[in-house]
Amino acid sequence: MSAAALSVTGLRKRFDDTEVVCGVNLEVTPGECFGLLGPNGAGKTTTLNLCLGMTEPDAGAIRLLGEPVPARAREARAAVGVVPQFDNLDPDFSVAENLLVYGRYFGMADRDIAPRIPGLLEFAGLGGRADAKIRALSGGMKRRLTLARALVNDPRLLFMDEPTTGLDPQARHLIWERLRRLAQQGRTLILTTHFMQEAERLCSRVAIMDRGRIIVEGPPRALIASHIEPQVLEVHGPGVEQWMARARALAPRVERAGQTVFCYAQNVEGAIASLADQDELVYLHRPANLEDLFLKLTGRDLRD
Amino acid sequence: MAAARLYALPGFSLRAIAVWRRHFLVWRKLAVPSILGNLADPLLMLFGLGYGLGAVIGSVEGTSYFAFLAGGFLASSTMYAASFEALYSAFSRMHVQRTWEAIVYAPMTLEDVLAGEWIWAATKSLAAGLCMLAVVTLFGYASWPMSLAAIAVVALVGLAFAALGLAINALASGYDFFSYYITLVLTPMMMLSGVFFPVDKLPEAVQAVCQLLPLYHGVALVRPLLAGSAPDGALLHLTVLAAYALAGFYLATVLTRRRLMK
Repeated sequence: MSAAALSVTGLRKRFDDTEVVCGVNLEVTPGECFGLLGPNGAGKTTTLNLCLGMTEPDAGAIRLLGEPVPARAREARAAVGVVPQFDNLDPDFSVAENLLVYGRYFGMADRDIAPRIPGLLEFAGLGGRADAKIRALSGGMKRRLTLARALVNDPRLLFMDEPTTGLDPQARHLIWERLRRLAQQGRTLILTTHFMQEAERLCSRVAIMDRGRIIVEGPPRALIASHIEPQVLEVHGPGVEQWMARARALAPRVERAGQTVFCYAQNVEGAIASLADQDELVYLHRPANLEDLFLKLTGRDLRD
Repeated sequence: MAAARLYALPGFSLRAIAVWRRHFLVWRKLAVPSILGNLADPLLMLFGLGYGLGAVIGSVEGTSYFAFLAGGFLASSTMYAASFEALYSAFSRMHVQRTWEAIVYAPMTLEDVLAGEWIWAATKSLAAGLCMLAVVTLFGYASWPMSLAAIAVVALVGLAFAALGLAINALASGYDFFSYYITLVLTPMMMLSGVFFPVDKLPEAVQAVCQLLPLYHGVALVRPLLAGSAPDGALLHLTVLAAYALAGFYLATVLTRRRLMK
């Protein structure tokens, strides 16, 4: 048995004429929170589905919790929890019934599932709502219930596909807090996201994926430090084009996206000073973050 | 997906029971309206046609028209109950509610899900058949204990149509797709399987087609059993029904894999 919680080598998957996963290698160690980032259509969800044995790779090897996938995917999934991207709670059941019925899919007896339900609901912030109908829950509650459902088998590893997409900030922060708690319990977390803030806060290590390939991999702060200038100045307003010409002399990397100019530099003091006589321009000075790195590596073009 | 895996025989696992239990738990909440819904249509037809048309026709094949129809409707109502469950209900669980997707993230396979759906649809149609049989018995048109054997036939008819329904489900783009199957396959089958009138009144070429239809074989078994006599050619009828059930489920498995496991 390999020591890695998940190890993927040379993974390839083709749909019709397009290769959506083109030689992915991944190694996730037990207890780590790993983020798989990438724009829409980068191949993140397909990679997750391959790791779970939902679909068969064209090439490559996957070991999930030591089991070869897809050959022994069922055995591997016995100790795995999944929070899918789209809500698939059972609308015919109450909150508690959703957990009970899901536990049965793991071969658990009702007498072993029932005592776990109050604790799971408490964890999900749904204590006292055991009998509520799914339709009566808010988006945030549904997502938390999906998380509780993924924990019904006390998994060692959790896969989460965009766990906070579509949630308001309150609901998102609550999910983040719960995920930290799960990480503290020693569970391995693997999540996909295109929320860079989420990845930066939660993940000890991230990989950025684009067009089916992993382009960089490492701890978020280290990646930012090694790939991008530490300071960012965002400027917009009337006359920003003229100012941009001046800025090029003051910062090593100047980019424009629509009406906004981004200056990346070791030090943006000079560029800020040059704005002193530009009353109409609005600026924001901030440290570089994962999103800057992401945009640098995957480009600013829309991915639909 | 590799051809070998696409066309592999489905593997059976007891895990499928968890899927069956899920459906049973849902059904339990709505059991009474569900049974009434399954029964209302065939019973109205049976009483309306059986007494109304029966008064005009008199007797058919030596029995009252009501008794003749009772056997046919027992088989056809089972066919419809199994088909509706495997079409509309399975489709909403597969496509609309994503229930199947949630299940296969647990240590379950697509084959477990399909087997659970198959056995469940057959169970539900068996429940519909049993209710029908109870009503027919109440009116004195079922001979016991021979009718016990009709229950086994009803179960087999349910398995055959549940399997065919799941194969159609795997091809469906939406609910509308099912009306083609019902209008172009199930309704003509009901006409050609001896439910309303004996098939031997039809031209020989048409009779040959009738003998290919699973419902025909179900009716050929159920009707004599209700009347208390052993059906002629029972082994052939049972074999055809079993073949439809097994081949249908294999087809459903391959088509569903092709749809969902790309």
